[in-house]
Amino acid sequence: MAQGSTLPAAAASGTRREASALPEIVKDAALFALVTFGLSIPIVAIRTDLGQGTGLYLTTRWGLVAALCGAVFVLRLIQRLVMLRVGQSRLAAQEKQAASGLAAPVGRLAASLGPLTLGLALGLPFIAVIGGGGLSEGRYWIDLGILILTYVMLGWGLNIVVGLAGLLDLGYVAFYAVGAYTYALCSTVFGLSFWVCLPVAGLFAAAFGVLLGFPVLRLRGDYLAIVTLAFGEIIRLVLINWVDFSGGAAGISSIPRASFFGIPFTAGEGGFASTFGLDFNPMHRVVFLYYLILALALITNLVTLRMRRLPLGRAWEALREDEIACTSLGIDTTMTKLTAFALGAMFAGFAGSFFAVRQGFVSPESFNFLESAIILAIVVLGGMGSQIGVAIAAIVMVGAPELLRNLGFLRAVFGEGFDPNEYRLLLFGLAMVAMMVWRPRGLISDREPSIRLGKAAR
Amino acid sequence: MEFFAQQFINGLTLGSIYGLIAIGYTMVFGIIGMVNFAHGDVFMLSAFIALIVFLALTTWIGLTSVPLVFVIVLVCAMALTSLWGWAVERAAYRPLRGSFRLAPLISAIGVSIFLSNFVQVVQGARNKPVPPLVRDVFVLYSHENYVVTLSYKQALIMITTAVLLAGFWYLVQKTPFGRAQRACEQDRRMAALLGINVDRTISLTFVLGAALAAVAGTLYLLYYGVVSFSDGFVPGVKAFTAAVLGGIGSLPGAVIGGLIIGLIETFWSAYFSIEYKDVAAFLILIIVLIFKPSGILGRPEVEKV
Repeated sequence: MAQGSTLPAAAASGTRREASALPEIVKDAALFALVTFGLSIPIVAIRTDLGQGTGLYLTTRWGLVAALCGAVFVLRLIQRLVMLRVGQSRLAAQEKQAASGLAAPVGRLAASLGPLTLGLALGLPFIAVIGGGGLSEGRYWIDLGILILTYVMLGWGLNIVVGLAGLLDLGYVAFYAVGAYTYALCSTVFGLSFWVCLPVAGLFAAAFGVLLGFPVLRLRGDYLAIVTLAFGEIIRLVLINWVDFSGGAAGISSIPRASFFGIPFTAGEGGFASTFGLDFNPMHRVVFLYYLILALALITNLVTLRMRRLPLGRAWEALREDEIACTSLGIDTTMTKLTAFALGAMFAGFAGSFFAVRQGFVSPESFNFLESAIILAIVVLGGMGSQIGVAIAAIVMVGAPELLRNLGFLRAVFGEGFDPNEYRLLLFGLAMVAMMVWRPRGLISDREPSIRLGKAAR
Repeated sequence: MEFFAQQFINGLTLGSIYGLIAIGYTMVFGIIGMVNFAHGDVFMLSAFIALIVFLALTTWIGLTSVPLVFVIVLVCAMALTSLWGWAVERAAYRPLRGSFRLAPLISAIGVSIFLSNFVQVVQGARNKPVPPLVRDVFVLYSHENYVVTLSYKQALIMITTAVLLAGFWYLVQKTPFGRAQRACEQDRRMAALLGINVDRTISLTFVLGAALAAVAGTLYLLYYGVVSFSDGFVPGVKAFTAAVLGGIGSLPGAVIGGLIIGLIETFWSAYFSIEYKDVAAFLILIIVLIFKPSGILGRPEVEKV
């Protein structure tokens, strides 16, 4: 408690320190602005555009560069000043926190976040329909929900591989593609229904996971990442170039739609609407798809949560922490990695098959490296291993840009041609770096331990 | 035979470019053990810088002397790209030293996404063509209706690569910086204890890697005459393949690997199928990593507890 008594003195000297540090901070911010200036010549300052004919013409944008440098200067200044304050108050805050146990409410908040999100997800179609004033009016929200849930499912699937087993997989989208093409081909060539193809697609993707995983899983972390990346690209290039098999770059279109467990969503006799005595509405299918992907995502979540309690799941997490220790404890690392890889791939296969049935069209362009990177970003931002974190990250990263697009005032500020989607990936990249620098354990780093030693051990 | 010879020349040209990029990968891997995933995008960025400097020189200032334009573009691109390399290391990699194993790689993927989209936002998504700087060719061999040629461009690329590599080799082998760099590669902590500024050495390594990528970017622009924001990814992966093939951490290995990859890609396109040329490079990467992860000139890696 001697520390407590020195605090006022520390704060007083802090004010003096702030005054003396100010020129230094301004200098530092100016340096940042100078570097920004150097970085933006000529890539920002001069824009090249295709003119008439074949040549490029140049336009200078020194105003933009000045604005950029100014923004960096001000931001850095604020950051340093805030850090100075925080640095002073942190000691006091730590004392307080230790006394009052501030961490407990935060933990409770995180715990109630899960059921809350689940409730919202279950009720979304109703909210959208009531809020929009009709089935068709709510379509935008339900479609957005489907999109987000697809990424949530992919995020949870990849989370098994990256978050739990600690294997960086940059080619996850390959398994997604395998699932999508399995359904697309099985349904258009053999006429199989979605419900037959779904498990087949999952198994097929898992088989691909084993096939790839077997030779490469003994590689060390970053080599594994690059090999999976290469594998993902090979799958995509084969899909583009093997025209007889996959339709090439044009893809496969007119894939049969999903049915309600055998009852098609058609207007006529024997369709979903007439069987259940409803008026026909094409939205029935969309709402059904929404609940389908929600169910698939929840299955992924449930399996992950249960797996974590099995010896295998614990072996995954142990493997993530220290591979050498695992080997010396007698864990078969290859088999353990392979199961994680196969299971993750299987869920990607399910999601891919859902993607194909929802779009009615698949093409190799949906499965490029960027897609893998987005899914990885979701897992990383979600906190690598935290289920609710992944869900929130998916909502933020997929939903937010969609919503931003419709905000009128952004256009008013940034000019008419402003499209937030252009900046989406730019921000993705920045967010990934910022995340690694500031919160390497993710937004929700408060991860529940899989097992504890008795009740008292908390 | 003539066809083979021509393809051989083309392959060597392409391989020189890959080799220059591969050095950046191999040096960074050697010193901090990370795959600098963003290196391919630094290369792409440098090609854009070269493009803009070139256009500014020719259209605004009206320079017509080809060698002068080439040298100025090369120097400007190297200087400005080095600044980018330095800034990226400083902002995205240095704070992560001592973080968990995959953190730098994830951060590098973030930088890679950022850089390519940054260029897309500030320069637009279209392909950017430049007028050809030099058109002449040397006719090496002429027989009936088939000729083997070495264009001035190709000669320029090979000569520039050779000269810069010689300079670079001197830098790493004979200067105090090179000694510090090799010392850090062997044991960073020990090097620090002996008074080497490790952070500065690592920064300089990134700067050097970026400068060589800028050379590659300028030559790439000269050779193909067109660049777009998405051009960083595939050459980046191929150069990484070259670094792995040559033995990651080994500088001559990177150059040899680059030449081999360039040759394989060219011959594959010429004799098999041009559509699958990227598949060939990726397959080589997988095969080398599985069967000989230490590469041609590399030392096998032993993981210690």
